[in-house]
Amino acid sequence: MPILIVAVGVAMSVFLHAYITGLMNDSIEMNAKLSFGHVKVVTKSFAENISQMPTDLALLETTALKEKLSKEFPEVAWVERIQFGGLIDAPDENGETKSQGPAIGIGIDLLSAPTGRGGETERMGMAKSLVRGRLPENKGEILLSELFSQKLGVNPGDKITLIGSTMNGAMSYYNFFLAGTLSFGVQVMDKGTIVADIEDVRLALDMEDAATEITGFFGSGYFSADLAADVKEKFVSNFPNPENDEYSPVMLSLKDQGSMGQFVDLSNTMGAIITFVFMLAMSLVLWNAGLLGGIRRYGEFGIRLAMGEEKKHVYRTLVYESVMIGIAGSVVGTAFGLFFAWLLQTYGLNLGDSMKGSSMMMPTIIRARITPVDFYIGFLPGIVSTVIGAMLAGVGIYKRKTSQLFKELEA
Amino acid sequence: MENIIQINQLIKRFPIGKGEFTALKGINLTFGTGEFAGLIGPSGSGKTTLLNIIGSLDMPTEGEAIVLGKPISKLSAKESAKLRKESLGFIFQSYNLLQVHTVFENVEFPLLLLDYTTSERKKMVMDALEWVGLTDKVKSKPPQLSGGECQRVAIARAMVKKPSLVLADEPTANLDAANSHNILQTMLNLNRELKTTFIFATHDEKVIGYLKRKIFLKDGLVDHEEWIKK
Repeated sequence: MPILIVAVGVAMSVFLHAYITGLMNDSIEMNAKLSFGHVKVVTKSFAENISQMPTDLALLETTALKEKLSKEFPEVAWVERIQFGGLIDAPDENGETKSQGPAIGIGIDLLSAPTGRGGETERMGMAKSLVRGRLPENKGEILLSELFSQKLGVNPGDKITLIGSTMNGAMSYYNFFLAGTLSFGVQVMDKGTIVADIEDVRLALDMEDAATEITGFFGSGYFSADLAADVKEKFVSNFPNPENDEYSPVMLSLKDQGSMGQFVDLSNTMGAIITFVFMLAMSLVLWNAGLLGGIRRYGEFGIRLAMGEEKKHVYRTLVYESVMIGIAGSVVGTAFGLFFAWLLQTYGLNLGDSMKGSSMMMPTIIRARITPVDFYIGFLPGIVSTVIGAMLAGVGIYKRKTSQLFKELEA
Repeated sequence: MENIIQINQLIKRFPIGKGEFTALKGINLTFGTGEFAGLIGPSGSGKTTLLNIIGSLDMPTEGEAIVLGKPISKLSAKESAKLRKESLGFIFQSYNLLQVHTVFENVEFPLLLLDYTTSERKKMVMDALEWVGLTDKVKSKPPQLSGGECQRVAIARAMVKKPSLVLADEPTANLDAANSHNILQTMLNLNRELKTTFIFATHDEKVIGYLKRKIFLKDGLVDHEEWIKK
């Protein structure tokens, strides 16, 4: 029973830590994958007007630049992206406008990028997000967010037109076939997003060998502020930025963009506070359990003392037992905590219905994230608190006379 | 008959609030080897307090109790534990068996504190269980036993190391008449066969009927004694 109590407490601690880590990281990673990257390279002017997504301030000769970045920073996966704005026009059977709507567009490498690490479709979770139709397999195919497609009244196979402006400022019209629809699990994106192959976008917006950004993702798959700072520092020394060249590349880390800096700091702080509070509470619970467990055994101690066991030996065995219980409970609890955290990490918990109407870029599927800390964090309340509780309870062996322990036994 | 306990002017006071309660007011007694004696008296007469001091579970306030040649008031905690470990056995009203352990383990427990080998311990435990007729219950746990069986386990536990002295505090209080007589007969047989001294604290007529020596306590003093020749 004591092992079970410790195991439950430890399992809850481990699970909660992984859950909080996952919750905080999910939001950060969601933003990173869909928009900000862990680091990104843009032109100096684009960085200054980033909220407007000005394609006329895009990077040029991006193939060479990407190669150079890949060589300088092999630990980072670099991808070209074009973020743009435009109007989607859905025609009826006569070619007349049936419906229109403003859209935020993302041009990514849908057709040639490999799956797995570095693959944009994999990174963006396209296959999992697909609601209807299929992913683009040919040039001229596009994906719409499901809500947007419903609003426009279009279905996979329908023809739609992107109305936008080229990077030179001219109007552009480009026809696409709708390959499929997506649900990003992010309300703000589900409202009106289009995803097209970057080469199509380049054609549509006259951006040959250009991209609004070259986005970098760390090999670990998770944002690290320290690593971002290192990469950025190295970038500054390797890519001089003349003050008067507004098209020179600059690097932004995830924390430099929008309010992500505050969000990352807040996430880390909140995560640490929540974890600390819970660990403290769980420590008190297990400390109390150890204390009560010891107090309940005063009768047994009385018997053992009556049989000639020394107080010191009784106390020592009580502490040894609590260490064993703590270790066993912590091991079992950590295993169970990690198992449940793994379930949540793998399958997630869909909270989409309760987040309808949200304008924040928050993931609707909550996932845990197992980190190395989870393998030992439960041992703190599991062993330390249990042992301290038992040690305090054991003080009674010394404070009470043997005959008093007997009376408690007889009671 | 050799004296194994000598009690001289024993006084025991307990603090109660700002005052004191005197449980024993100057007891003088001696017990010899192989006695089957009882401290008899109503609640508050001091019989359990006296038994606790004889068992070195408590210390006298004044006077002395010399048990097996050891002056209780002068013993350190370690020496008290050694005396109990080697020479004393206890039997309690509510059996006080370790509930999660088997009958065998409960009886074996006092031997674990002494330097016996596993095979020696096994033989001694089986002998003790044979004395009390429980060899078929070695693997049972206390919750699976009747009250009478539990008390027989407690007797086996007290007797397994063949102590010089067994102290029994109201051993039949939770037993029916048949079980009480059974238990008392078992203890009487062990007293005869092993020459172990038994001292009871009781007010149970069933126990009193078996005693060879009856010491009546009243208000912390020995009121009178009776020796029964059987």
